[in-house]
Amino acid sequence: MAILKSLSRAKIFWPIVALAVLMCFNLFFTPNFFRVEIKEGHLYGNVIDIIKNASPIMLLAVGLTLVIATKGIDISVGSIVAISAGVVAMLIGGDLQGVPKYPIPYAMGAAVLVSVLAGMWNGMLVSRIGMQPIIATLILSVAGRGIAMVTTNAMIVWLYAKPFALLGQGYFLGLPFSIYIVAALVLLTALVTRRTALGLFIEAVGINPTAARFAGINAKNILFGVYAFSGLCAGISGLVVCSTVMSADGNNAGLGYELSAILAVVLGGTSLNGGKFYLLGSLVGALIVQTLTTTIYAFGVPPEIAKVVIAMVVLVVSLLQSFKFRAMVAGFFGKREFSV
Amino acid sequence: MSGMTPIVEMKKINKFFPGVKALSGVDFRLFEGEVHALMGQNGAGKSTLVKVMTGVYKQDAGEMLLEGRPMRPDTPLAAQKLGINTVYQEVNLCLNLSVAENIFIGKEPKKLGRIDWKLMNQRAAEVLKRLNISVDVTRILSSYSVAVQQMVAIARVLDTSAKVLILDEPTSSLDETEVAQLFKVIRKLRDEGMAILFITHFLDQTYQISDRITILKNGEFIGEYETGKLPKLELIAKMLGKELSEFAYTTNPDERKKAAAEAASDSGTVLSAKALGLQGSIAPFDLSLMEGDVLGLAGLLGSGRTEMARLLFGIDYADQGEIFVKGKRVAISSPKSAMMAGLGFCSEDRKNEGIFAELSIRENIILALQAKKGVFRYLAAKKQLEIADEMIRALGIKTPNSRNEARQLSGGNQQKVLLARWLTTEPIILILDEPTRGIDVGAKLEIMELILNLSRKGLGVIFISSEFEEVLRCSTRIAVLRDKVKIAELAGENMTESGIMRTIAGGK
Repeated sequence: MAILKSLSRAKIFWPIVALAVLMCFNLFFTPNFFRVEIKEGHLYGNVIDIIKNASPIMLLAVGLTLVIATKGIDISVGSIVAISAGVVAMLIGGDLQGVPKYPIPYAMGAAVLVSVLAGMWNGMLVSRIGMQPIIATLILSVAGRGIAMVTTNAMIVWLYAKPFALLGQGYFLGLPFSIYIVAALVLLTALVTRRTALGLFIEAVGINPTAARFAGINAKNILFGVYAFSGLCAGISGLVVCSTVMSADGNNAGLGYELSAILAVVLGGTSLNGGKFYLLGSLVGALIVQTLTTTIYAFGVPPEIAKVVIAMVVLVVSLLQSFKFRAMVAGFFGKREFSV
Repeated sequence: MSGMTPIVEMKKINKFFPGVKALSGVDFRLFEGEVHALMGQNGAGKSTLVKVMTGVYKQDAGEMLLEGRPMRPDTPLAAQKLGINTVYQEVNLCLNLSVAENIFIGKEPKKLGRIDWKLMNQRAAEVLKRLNISVDVTRILSSYSVAVQQMVAIARVLDTSAKVLILDEPTSSLDETEVAQLFKVIRKLRDEGMAILFITHFLDQTYQISDRITILKNGEFIGEYETGKLPKLELIAKMLGKELSEFAYTTNPDERKKAAAEAASDSGTVLSAKALGLQGSIAPFDLSLMEGDVLGLAGLLGSGRTEMARLLFGIDYADQGEIFVKGKRVAISSPKSAMMAGLGFCSEDRKNEGIFAELSIRENIILALQAKKGVFRYLAAKKQLEIADEMIRALGIKTPNSRNEARQLSGGNQQKVLLARWLTTEPIILILDEPTRGIDVGAKLEIMELILNLSRKGLGVIFISSEFEEVLRCSTRIAVLRDKVKIAELAGENMTESGIMRTIAGGK
């Protein structure tokens, strides 16, 4: 009992419970949901698909977790995904024989570099000019689509260079390759934020920027850094997205991803009010979002209604985050021991 | 005046907030054609009284009369309809609209359902003319100075049938000539019969402009006086709630003298400032601090104590003067650079500028040290625990363990956490702005004890407090400030409450 109590206090506990509830639902109502087969040495099945499909959102969520921890937001990541996809596609080129125009690693490096620059632009607007994060990143959210279109000459570029397909479609040791990318990024981010004081500084800036400045922390550089990092994550996500469909579509690549990623971060326990952040929570959050989507489609719910269901989940989560609402509910049930 | 009926009379007003008695039995009278100053320290109840009068709050007991008839404004709008208008400290104007639009916003003259611009501009010009201001009313407000903006805020409330005008700290962001301009307008309105309630913390201005003064202290009515018959010294004494005869040497003069002698013998100057100043914040001042010295900053609210501290710690950037630490000139351009030079600063605003409520006590304590070491030289968890536990023990912070969130601590313990944060950086100079505010008596004594102990170990301390008693008890020397100017430095025999008050009042 005591173990359960201390477990339930860990932030990661409730997102995992939510995921487990969704899974249980599927266990009973979706036939063969958990069946995993081995074909050609790879694992196949719904669960594997969920993890694979969630990868681009997970990658975005890692960057957004740090941004949101500073009480900021980055709604331009979906557009940066499109830019990154566009750049890498143009540099590899649509040669039907699959001969890349430039070496694939260079193309990928260039796409990520451009994405980091885009993130730095956001960081500059927020930290140096003092623009509100939602407005600052809205600019690139809108302009970024245009940039992506210009990059691909307003056409959908198809790729035939086989090795590039590894990122989004390939397998390694039986598991989708993209899972390893996610794991590597999260591990690296966790190391950098938790083995140095960076994580503490990010949280301090998110909780109380004035006090952080007074304590000798350079809040501006921290802010600049997290937006640049969010750009980096979006760039990597863009590579995976492009590789999955072997094409770059400036209009639709990563469309609406920023909202799914924000939802994942929030579901994972990082508050939009800034402060404490939970990288693993964000990953679980992304899995919840993806499982929800898969479940809805598995049930044959039409796509237009699927969005409504997801919206309902967002609503419930937001309400649960609001102290006023929780107090109201607690009052309704006559609970007096409700703690602040 | 006693023969006349006051325009506004408030009788035995009580107002409670949960756990606080904000006003108890306060009387207040405001007559036609007078400028009435409402005086009191922070928390005296000035703004609560004004808010009751203007319908923001409702009194719990007592009655209010308007020209002899009972009045009960339920909202600020209702008060405005009764002719009671307020111009707040933070001017609520739209800088991107024209002067005329600002004056008539929400009550624009209309013709056939559309705004009659011609009439509006004409009437705006007339209202401003009444205040002896001639500006182009069609230009946007941001193109004029703060003083003009202040006048526009006044003009806005004058348009209606105003009987009472309440000015809440109207001069805090004005320079001298602008103040003079504003006072001219106030006198003109007074001569036209308007009753003006003036709230300020500038003593000199109170004497320049007001006819009568009402003093509050801790929510209680102290008295109503004619300005001409109330000497400045007596005003200060009443605001602080002391009788003049009570002033004597406070605690421990021996200890203080001994400390001063020790400080003098060591005579290592750790901090000095030469002609340091910032336009609009604090006039240039000189300052020097020895090793083991406790320099008290004394002055009334708004006298420039905090501004001085902010300049020294690089929160505000001085536009003139120099700072020396241990004889070496240092460029202090940010809190970080001040910290690197060996300074520490505990802000008076614990909640907004000090504590990270959701971080643990341990993290709160090690944060400044970590910032000093840099992001990559992360203190190991074990080391963090060691430092935090040692500080918790040394300062007597009452908490079961250092993992708890800082917000769970009481005010006094939060203050100790802040103190601990700076002590771990091993500063040579520590600036403490109101470290005893809002904490209970026992904790106050503990904090002061800590300060004395630190100074004995050679730390140079600058100590700011609104309580002269505390400044006297802790300090080896005292710098006195008034109206954003450092006016004197007291040492030895002169260090008494009456000495400080006389200095503030202007006599030596």
